Amino acid sequence: MEALKQELKEKIIAALNLEHISVEEFDDNETLFGDGIGLDSIDALELIVLLDKDYGIKLTDPKEGKTIFQSVETMANYISANRTK
Amino acid sequence: MKSQFTITNSCKIESNIIFFNEEKIFETEGDSFAEFAKSVYKKFGINYPKFFKMDNLSKLAFLASEVLLSEQIIAEAENNVALVFANRSSSLDTDVKFQQSIDDKENYYPSPAVFVYTLPNICVGEISIKHQLKSENAFFVFEENNEVFLTQYATSLLQNKKATKVLCGWVEYFDESYLAKLFIVE
Amino acid sequence: MNNKSVYITQTNCITPLGFDVNSNWDALQQGKSGIKLHKNVGNLEQFYASIISTTELNEVFDKTVFPFSVSDKKFTKLEKMLLLALLPLVEKHQISNRTAFVFSTTKGNISSLELESNPVKEAQLAFLAKKISSLFGFTTEPIVLSNACVSGVLAIAVAKRMIQVGVYDDAFILAGDEVSEFVLSGFNSFQAMSEMPCKPYDSDRNGVTLGEATAAVYLTSDNNKVESNAIKICGDGAINDANHISGPSRTGEGLYKSIESAIREANITVKEIDYISAHGTATLYNDEMEAIAFNRLHLQNVPVNSLKGFYGHTLGASGLLETVIAIESAKRNHLIMSKGFQHDGTSQSIAVIKENKPAEINYFLKTASGFGGCNTAVIFKKLN
Repeated sequence: MEALKQELKEKIIAALNLEHISVEEFDDNETLFGDGIGLDSIDALELIVLLDKDYGIKLTDPKEGKTIFQSVETMANYISANRTK
Repeated sequence: MKSQFTITNSCKIESNIIFFNEEKIFETEGDSFAEFAKSVYKKFGINYPKFFKMDNLSKLAFLASEVLLSEQIIAEAENNVALVFANRSSSLDTDVKFQQSIDDKENYYPSPAVFVYTLPNICVGEISIKHQLKSENAFFVFEENNEVFLTQYATSLLQNKKATKVLCGWVEYFDESYLAKLFIVE
Repeated sequence: MNNKSVYITQTNCITPLGFDVNSNWDALQQGKSGIKLHKNVGNLEQFYASIISTTELNEVFDKTVFPFSVSDKKFTKLEKMLLLALLPLVEKHQISNRTAFVFSTTKGNISSLELESNPVKEAQLAFLAKKISSLFGFTTEPIVLSNACVSGVLAIAVAKRMIQVGVYDDAFILAGDEVSEFVLSGFNSFQAMSEMPCKPYDSDRNGVTLGEATAAVYLTSDNNKVESNAIKICGDGAINDANHISGPSRTGEGLYKSIESAIREANITVKEIDYISAHGTATLYNDEMEAIAFNRLHLQNVPVNSLKGFYGHTLGASGLLETVIAIESAKRNHLIMSKGFQHDGTSQSIAVIKENKPAEINYFLKTASGFGGCNTAVIFKKLN
């Protein structure tokens, strides 16, 4: 799980061009949207593509994203339970 | 056409050099555009993380606007600075990247973050957001830089009191080849 | 200062519902929609879209006589649609060296990127504009406007402004976009595509249906050319939300200000507006934003429709196509229903037109909003 979280942080930073944060500063439980990391609606869509592309998970209902994308912790839990690759 | 309006300030960015009113104010050597843009960002002390999400065209337009849109200029115009840009390649630099993401049917992952930049006027939106300019805007495409047209259009906006100042000019980016040449008409 | 008046005296459109204004009007009267189920484009198994039959287009194109030779040239589908839209206008009006050619499109021949062997030049919008304009003998540099989904309406404002500032005497405006895999896959990645034909302003709406069309209008400032029933362009505004690049402002600020600017220039009160041809893409946020802006301006009781239920979202063509139909509504004093609408679906109510019906229309408002936070509003008046 720790390795997956580390990997996720790297991927999120790269995919979303987050220049203002490093993997070391990226807390597992930090809120991804709003006040925390500050992601927006396009980032949410991009995370859906990332789940599909790298872990073979297709989210069809964007509302699901709200709970899954709360933090790296919640994302990692969801991925390890649902990944197909 | 009679015009009582004048060009007050200008900025040109090309080949990793920035000119403000024809005076060289920044230069790097041998960098790619992305590296150059990052060093300008640092040098100017810009703190705007969204910058790194922008495509190259938006980064170019954004940086040239940073040079010209001082707080004083915006305040003088009471935020009513129109943005009127033009270029040759529209958003083709990003269009080609987006097309590549859908070329391979086995590896088909169109990116929403890329798709949103497949319109040239997104760069106008980025600058409007940064400087909170709820103002007139338009994006034109010409084969060659058409400053005559842009000045005429700016004049029409100023004459009809649709804007107090107009930031206008050329912002072209395609495949590492770029030129921004913006000026303020008031 | 006193600006000279600018009028629209001729219109045309090429859509799945017909290849001229009259056939489009008849189809709209019958409640027909161009939207149909299509299959297997890119990785999309099925989707709804309003697409022109290529066979039908080719048949019509091949038997049309142009003032230049077409047999020795190759044209894309979009180019054929554009040439057909512009032809009747050029036949009727002389082109001079003070005639503007304004071309509105978002993606032009973007499909040419699908073949890597095609030179990138073919996807350049100015290249396409030049190809069309030189065939018809325009001598001024084409003015290409690519301002997302407001392009078609903004083109009218731009042409009018350039005529008023004294650069041109008249203008031909041409607008067009086609349904491409590029745009389909992009909207799909935005999860913005409706699973059913789009339902603007409806409580069940869940996204955009794409469409393709071309439209053309002729603008002049020459009073001698203006007949009764001509349409005067009274005022315009194109103001940015300065809020988000892909979502509209929650308060409808840019649209509010655009309409306000157009009304101020037209020098009328909101009470004089008889009809609004709105944008209505059928995304949750766009339609909600429009309802808020219209309410802020006290326009909530003015009959309003979106034509997207008939034509889908035709991107850079939509603003001009919808203006062409709105002009027809005004000339015939007849409102067209907002297809797909059944139940109020916005937090503040607006007067969405539920059925075709006669109504006196003098002043009308056309609006559009798009990616990049752009908005445009234009006020028209029918001359009596």
